[in-house]
Amino acid sequence: MYSQGLIGSDSSTDETVEFLAAFQARIDAEEKIEPNDAMPEGYRRTLIRQIGQHAHSEIIGMQPEGNWITRAPSLRRKAALLAKVQDEGGHGLYLYSAAETLGVSREDLTDQLLDGRAKYSSIFNYPTLSWADIGTVGWLVDGAAIMNQIPLCRCSFGPYARAMIRVCKEESFHQRQGYEILLTLCKGSAAQKEMAQESLNRWWWPVLMMFGPSDGESVHSDQNTKWGIKRFSNDALRQKFIDATIPQAKVLGIEVPDPDLKWDDSLNDGRGGYVHGPIDWDEFWRVVKGHGAMNRDRIRNYKKTVDDGAWVREAAMAHAEKRAARKLAMAAE
Amino acid sequence: MSKNIPLWEVFIRPRNGLAHKHCGSLHAADEVMALQAARDTYTRRGEGQSIWVVPSAAISASDPDQAAENFDPSIDKVYRHPTFYEIPDEVGHM
Ligand SMILES: [Fe+2]
Ligand SMILES: [Fe+2]
Repeated sequence: MYSQGLIGSDSSTDETVEFLAAFQARIDAEEKIEPNDAMPEGYRRTLIRQIGQHAHSEIIGMQPEGNWITRAPSLRRKAALLAKVQDEGGHGLYLYSAAETLGVSREDLTDQLLDGRAKYSSIFNYPTLSWADIGTVGWLVDGAAIMNQIPLCRCSFGPYARAMIRVCKEESFHQRQGYEILLTLCKGSAAQKEMAQESLNRWWWPVLMMFGPSDGESVHSDQNTKWGIKRFSNDALRQKFIDATIPQAKVLGIEVPDPDLKWDDSLNDGRGGYVHGPIDWDEFWRVVKGHGAMNRDRIRNYKKTVDDGAWVREAAMAHAEKRAARKLAMAAE
Repeated sequence: MSKNIPLWEVFIRPRNGLAHKHCGSLHAADEVMALQAARDTYTRRGEGQSIWVVPSAAISASDPDQAAENFDPSIDKVYRHPTFYEIPDEVGHM
């Protein structure tokens, strides 16, 4: 994901009981739903919202990292970062295509993002202040995204599942290149290691928030689980992520800023896991509602890109129409 | 945004000897730009040797509501499969 649970989706349905039961039976049989199949309106709406939100996150997510392309410390790092940001653009396009199969237009989706009706992951409303942030974003933000996206490869909606398979294949390079940046900093001078630690301090809690509110507070989880859109709870994915990440931080030699973090043998059915301290959900909702450090910049920049590119799209359409007319005239001769 | 930019379906042949396979869609003003966008979007890691783009509007699809009447009849025609026929073991592989 970047799609952190559904913010403000409405999954209510008013179809007949028989229709809904037949649909549910297909889902329970692990059948994939394809675009032309009959589906409850709530299922369609929920998916349009989730896939759109996910696509917007990929596109807006290009900004915090794009911020450092011109300042990457070497050609190797610059080439990798360029490739990563280009991938994120590609992810956005796969996802927009998947959403469009449900009957929404690309133009509508873009408008929803620009006028604030559609959200994107709150993580991209935090600024990338240092080069270490590029490492941390790759390692943790893409790492959290992978945790979220792997179960979506088995999502009941075919086009979404297929897009996720493609995205997941590309994501592992993203996480590894980020981790390598941090590894280099942590093996460098004391100041470089401090830069890595400072970056982790700022990103750790916002990254944990990417998985969305605790299950008790997440309104749409139940229906989405029944529909095969969601496979694991927000808390379960967050737990998986923490358990996978702490050993990686140890290799780097830096520490997550959580004084309450401790190992608990009883977690994960006795296999053990980490207990974490309280997450500041007020901060999460503040950022979601538009009051993060970068919300305004992200939308303003994207609007500028859309507006500045308008003449190119218009010219391309005019050119295409002219060529088509010429072809027609030649065929008539 | 003024005019909606047409949608294209993209088919990629991973290498010669294999069929082109549907891999997704994209928006482009014409076929020239569609091919360029398909190259950038769907072949960033050596996924293809050849690309087809087809206007989505040009595709006719079977009706999923008729899937049963279209495709179920083939299921009971077991005699279309080689295992339906009994051949003595001594004949060997056939
Ligand atoms: Fe991505
Ligand atoms: Fe990524």
